[in-house]
Amino acid sequence: MNKGVAITGMGIVSAIGNSVAENYHALTNGQKAITRISNIATVHADVIMVGEIKKTNEALAQELGLAGDNNYSRTAMLGAIAARQAVLDAKISDINDCRTGLISATSVGGMDTTEKHYYDYFKDPNLVKYISAHDGGDVAQKIAETIGLQGFVTTISTACSSAANAIMLGARLIKAGKLDRVIVGGTDGLAKFTINGFKTLMIQSDTFNTPFDNNRKGLNLGEAAAFLVLESEESVKKHNSKVLAYVSGYANANDAFHQTASSENGEGAFLAMNKAFEVSGLKPSDIDYINMHGTATPNNDLSEGRAVIRVFGEDGVPDFSSTKAFTGHTLAAAAAIEAVYSVLAIQNGVVYPNLNFETPMEEFNLIPQTTLKHKNIEHVLSNSFGFGGNCSTVIFSKS
Amino acid sequence: MKTYINGIGCVSAQHTFEGEFAWAFQTPEDLNVLPIVKPNYGDYFSPIAARRMAKGVKNGIVASAIAMKEAGLEMPDAIITGTGMGCIEDSDKFLKAIIDNNEEFLTPTSFIQSTHNTVGSQIALGMQCKAYNFTYVNAAVSFESALLDAKMQIDANEAASILIGGVDEMTDYTASLFKLAGFIKDDAEGTFPVLNSKTQGTVFGEGSTFFVLENKITASTYAEVVDIEMLNEIAVDAVSQKAERFLESNGLSIADIDLLITGINGDANFCAYYDALTQQKFAHTPQAYYKHLSGEYNTASAFGLYVAANILKTQQLPAILKVNAIGQSQFRNILLYNQYRGIDHSFTLIRHVQTP
Repeated sequence: MNKGVAITGMGIVSAIGNSVAENYHALTNGQKAITRISNIATVHADVIMVGEIKKTNEALAQELGLAGDNNYSRTAMLGAIAARQAVLDAKISDINDCRTGLISATSVGGMDTTEKHYYDYFKDPNLVKYISAHDGGDVAQKIAETIGLQGFVTTISTACSSAANAIMLGARLIKAGKLDRVIVGGTDGLAKFTINGFKTLMIQSDTFNTPFDNNRKGLNLGEAAAFLVLESEESVKKHNSKVLAYVSGYANANDAFHQTASSENGEGAFLAMNKAFEVSGLKPSDIDYINMHGTATPNNDLSEGRAVIRVFGEDGVPDFSSTKAFTGHTLAAAAAIEAVYSVLAIQNGVVYPNLNFETPMEEFNLIPQTTLKHKNIEHVLSNSFGFGGNCSTVIFSKS
Repeated sequence: MKTYINGIGCVSAQHTFEGEFAWAFQTPEDLNVLPIVKPNYGDYFSPIAARRMAKGVKNGIVASAIAMKEAGLEMPDAIITGTGMGCIEDSDKFLKAIIDNNEEFLTPTSFIQSTHNTVGSQIALGMQCKAYNFTYVNAAVSFESALLDAKMQIDANEAASILIGGVDEMTDYTASLFKLAGFIKDDAEGTFPVLNSKTQGTVFGEGSTFFVLENKITASTYAEVVDIEMLNEIAVDAVSQKAERFLESNGLSIADIDLLITGINGDANFCAYYDALTQQKFAHTPQAYYKHLSGEYNTASAFGLYVAANILKTQQLPAILKVNAIGQSQFRNILLYNQYRGIDHSFTLIRHVQTP
């Protein structure tokens, strides 16, 4: 069987840790990082909880060694830190020694700087440098500069499924022989824009989010970045790279139901999972763990649960959990951090607990794994869904 | 499988959604931000629906409908959109409301529609298309990313018909920021010629250009999309080498190129990249430009592809597009080169096709 595309490096920064090791430690020790917000002054501070990286922009800039007159948005800095880790982890000595690409993902790009200075650009000439830091492409270009990459660079923005689509495109470019190596992932910093956006949709919980619980009250927003290095078989051989796991299946489908809500029967999710199985040559019974999208909104968990039952059968659903109770929903970065968690699950043979679960949903009989479970894991299926009916599934397999 | 352009819909600063190619092209040199020529939206959606839609969504739906109709396609196997700035009209609206009202009294509509993939998903929603739906947002290569993705799927026989497009909006506030940052030519200049400009900044615009790409030649085929290459950075003195290598990888040399179409936008600070091709290796090749007609925007290169495809189909190069006086009786291979502010370079090669 075709194994898929090799993953040879990973980098991550999230609320639960600033490295792959720290994230794994938090996941396996039940340490969630959902708190009150401290880096952004918002009138909603007392009624929302977030998965926030407790570092100021100044601290992040220092970590990257940026000059004082830099114009990096927080989103760009988080992405640059995670991508740099991934390149180090893959032991890449010369990033341009083969056809290497970068595929980033972000929902609102440099909105965190734009919203801070929006009306002040005309008053303070020192702020004008941030005008060009707003768009998604600027984030990718800054990441490329940080890792010294010159070549194929693009960005995907399909809301909360963005990073899954970046992984998918990377795997396809390698399979098509267009690239030898590609760094794929996503990044999103917390912003007033998204905090207020989700507030108007009334899907933000005022306490810890509880995925797949009957009494779930909505999501906690989070911020994070994660990148993975994908390599062709030839590149793995040439660079003597250590293969951590494989991307074996992937697919994107559209729910075509509503701009922000998922259909009741999870049609888009159902199509994405089925197509990912086709691509991988695997069948549902091969999956040992599902890392759910599981945002803990009433709509998502019901729609996703129904789609999973349609694919696996109510009695055939393997161990599953959502890790969003740990990290919050990190939007365009979500599928990238969950890709890192999926690879760690395979490497270490663990199923992470779905925290904060108490009451099974009344619509179906699906009980997430609530404690850390050790077992052999060959294949993990990871779901990510976004606004615009965008549904993506990626399957990761043991090397 | 080869990839053919079988339908095009274009909403731009020119009359491009009706009539013969280039019938009413004109250069308004006294404007540094070009407004679009509005199609009759009433032909496409109800006034109530139109009021809720930002102009990018409206223009995206109109352009995609025209492209689909021309290609005789009812349901594509994928919808792939490029947009450098996304839905900035709604994004501005929501952000202003947040700041002006100190995060109170907000309504979700503009937030919902501010998402970058709104255009692609609204098109999918309208035609109930449940297929693959991606949106690329990487500045000047947003559209080329969509084009490359589509071509890969057709090459690999994963899809037979794909709808792709490039769409960007301009708003008054964004235009004022771009003027402040020097991206748009200074109002005080009065006239804003794009060719041989000696000042910084460019003439901006907005628009929406959609294409139906298919794996077969039909009566409506414009051209074959042969290859696309994107590079985030190229040194000025390496541009012509990259162009030659791109042609070589497609079995061609400079002599095989019947027309070079560049994204010349009048920004004197970054014209060296274009000069590296136009004034050296390609000095004896017929050359054309288009941003004086469309204005610059992140997906203006989709307008460039619309122009190129029409030149191949009609075998005519309208005088208003010409950069030099070198004549050409037959157009077979056209090379497009674009970059914006020195990054996000792209080469696109398209070829004439004999239609049945």
